Amino acid sequence: MLKTIFRKPESLKDRPTHYCPGCGHGIVHRIIAEVIDDMGARERVLSVAPVGCAVFAYDYFNFDCMEAPHGRTPAVATGLKRVRPDHLVFSYQGDGDLAAIGTAEIIHCANRGENISVIFVNNGIYGMTGGQLAPTTLIQQYSTTTIQGRDPKTAGYPLKITEMLAITPGSVFLARASVHTPKEIRLTKKYIRKSFEIQDKKLGFSLVEILSPCPVNWRLSPVASLKRIEEVVSKEYPLGVIKDIS
Amino acid sequence: MKYVTKLLKGNEAIGEGAILAGCRYYFGYPITPQNEIPEYMSRNLPAVGGTFVQSESELAAINLVMGAAAAGGRAMTSSSSPGVSLMQEGISYMAGMEVPAVVVNVVRGGPGLGGIGPAQSDYFQATKGGGHGDYFTLCLAPSTAQEMLDLTILAFDIADRYRCVTIILADGLLGQMAESVEVPLDYKPREYKKDWIMDGCKGRPPRIVRSLFLDPAELEKHNFHLSEKYREICKKEVRFERFKTRDADIVLVAYGTSARICKAVVEMARADGLKLGLLRPVTLYPFPEKEIRKTAERAKALLVVELSMGQMVQDVKRAVGDACPVLFKGRTGGMVFTPEEVYQSVKKIKIKDEG
Ligand SMILES: Cc1ncc(C[n+]2csc(CCOP(=O)(O)OP(=O)(O)O)c2C)c(N)n1
Repeated sequence: MLKTIFRKPESLKDRPTHYCPGCGHGIVHRIIAEVIDDMGARERVLSVAPVGCAVFAYDYFNFDCMEAPHGRTPAVATGLKRVRPDHLVFSYQGDGDLAAIGTAEIIHCANRGENISVIFVNNGIYGMTGGQLAPTTLIQQYSTTTIQGRDPKTAGYPLKITEMLAITPGSVFLARASVHTPKEIRLTKKYIRKSFEIQDKKLGFSLVEILSPCPVNWRLSPVASLKRIEEVVSKEYPLGVIKDIS
Repeated sequence: MKYVTKLLKGNEAIGEGAILAGCRYYFGYPITPQNEIPEYMSRNLPAVGGTFVQSESELAAINLVMGAAAAGGRAMTSSSSPGVSLMQEGISYMAGMEVPAVVVNVVRGGPGLGGIGPAQSDYFQATKGGGHGDYFTLCLAPSTAQEMLDLTILAFDIADRYRCVTIILADGLLGQMAESVEVPLDYKPREYKKDWIMDGCKGRPPRIVRSLFLDPAELEKHNFHLSEKYREICKKEVRFERFKTRDADIVLVAYGTSARICKAVVEMARADGLKLGLLRPVTLYPFPEKEIRKTAERAKALLVVELSMGQMVQDVKRAVGDACPVLFKGRTGGMVFTPEEVYQSVKKIKIKDEG
């Protein structure tokens, strides 16, 4: 007897993605899809794709998905959730979307304790526009607008926005994971599942930050990018649960 | 239909009209002179099972509206000039996504922070597609508290029918002034089939609500489709009022607060035996071009009266062509003309004798 032990989740459409080799977005898409399949929630998911590399998420997710203007993703997700409180609503955001142009929206969404889930993909760079400085870019890191490396004197410091969100009483569960090892991928999946379950229990705002490689804009090989997350990025952005009052 | 008479500020009449029209989602950020709208909605939406959120900005407000409307809710926001400028990106997205909503602009003087006095200087923004890209917003211009209510009800219906953003363009005076309003008691908003909304892909393929079309050919096709819709709107939705224009030598063209003042001017002139009339556009987009042209063909001159340095006058001139002279009277910055002042401008018009 043959037994299927690995297949495409129903929550993903059967088509190749546009992501660059070694990019983390595809992995994150798959994890989300697996969690939704596991929860049997596909038909009641409403998702919001950001402006950023993941703008085409709606071409890959096999459930309802809409676009939001750059950074307004949590506001759009809130609008959906307020109309359909029993649906599973999540926003999918990059670090430019969430921690720069959309800083106000994410803080106030968390502070109102909006009962949504946020998947925050932190690759430390603006992928879609070709590798400019992000608020999360590390000190000394190269970007196309800090070619000498990020100098905090003129370009500020890496922003730990998830830690900032922890002080809002409305946030219930905040965690930082990564997709650079199978172990971390499993943890990412666990956190996302937890976030979705918190939403289904109507406990309030939750967010999972995911450190994700961008080999093309980091100018590293895919393997070296994963190593960089292990040795450098995760030192600045420590992995684990940041807040859990669920 | 049964009615009850209420004394309402224009802003409150908008709130009352919105709830009657089935609006259950309001998102907004305070700004004078429209604060009575969010205040009214915060008080009255919960009782009808609705949702009110005071957002952190107008940026958030319009995007909350976008999400709520994409989920199939009847949603609105309101603001005044600087706040509506902030909303333009979202309005453009909604035009592209064909997500319907109502946006109220209780206009104040500009540019910049400007002032809080009544103005009509956001006409260009409201009627030419105020944000980026190839689109238009429908634009309704009330001139009484009664119309603040009636046109708000209409705005929701039109928005849903055409899947477009409808702007209600009022001003600080209309918003703040209290008048008696006939409020319908048993109004039933028409429901439209929404086979495009985000409500979960149960028993159907997943839906995508978006405005992004990276392939130029695809985007062009989409814009052709939008444009087709605007053409239909221009054919079917033009609204205007004529006031003593039949025999008029000079016709005033004005909307909103200016039109109210112009009505008084018409009465003053008629009492003096002067043949003055008023044509009042109720829809500013679509603009009553044909009616203005027809009027111009019979009249000896048109005088466009606006609380701005001259915005609608451009559309009037375009409609009139060389049919008759088009003159302009404007005040700006929150200053409002008196009827006497406008009447003086009328009297100064020298009509060429064709005999
Ligand atoms: C209002 C606005 N400003 C700027 C842009 C251009 N833009 C598109 S994506 C992007 C940055 C995206 O970076 P991030 O959110 O980190 O996502 P990534 O592409 O890295 O996944 C920018 C600046 C835009 N589309 N809209």
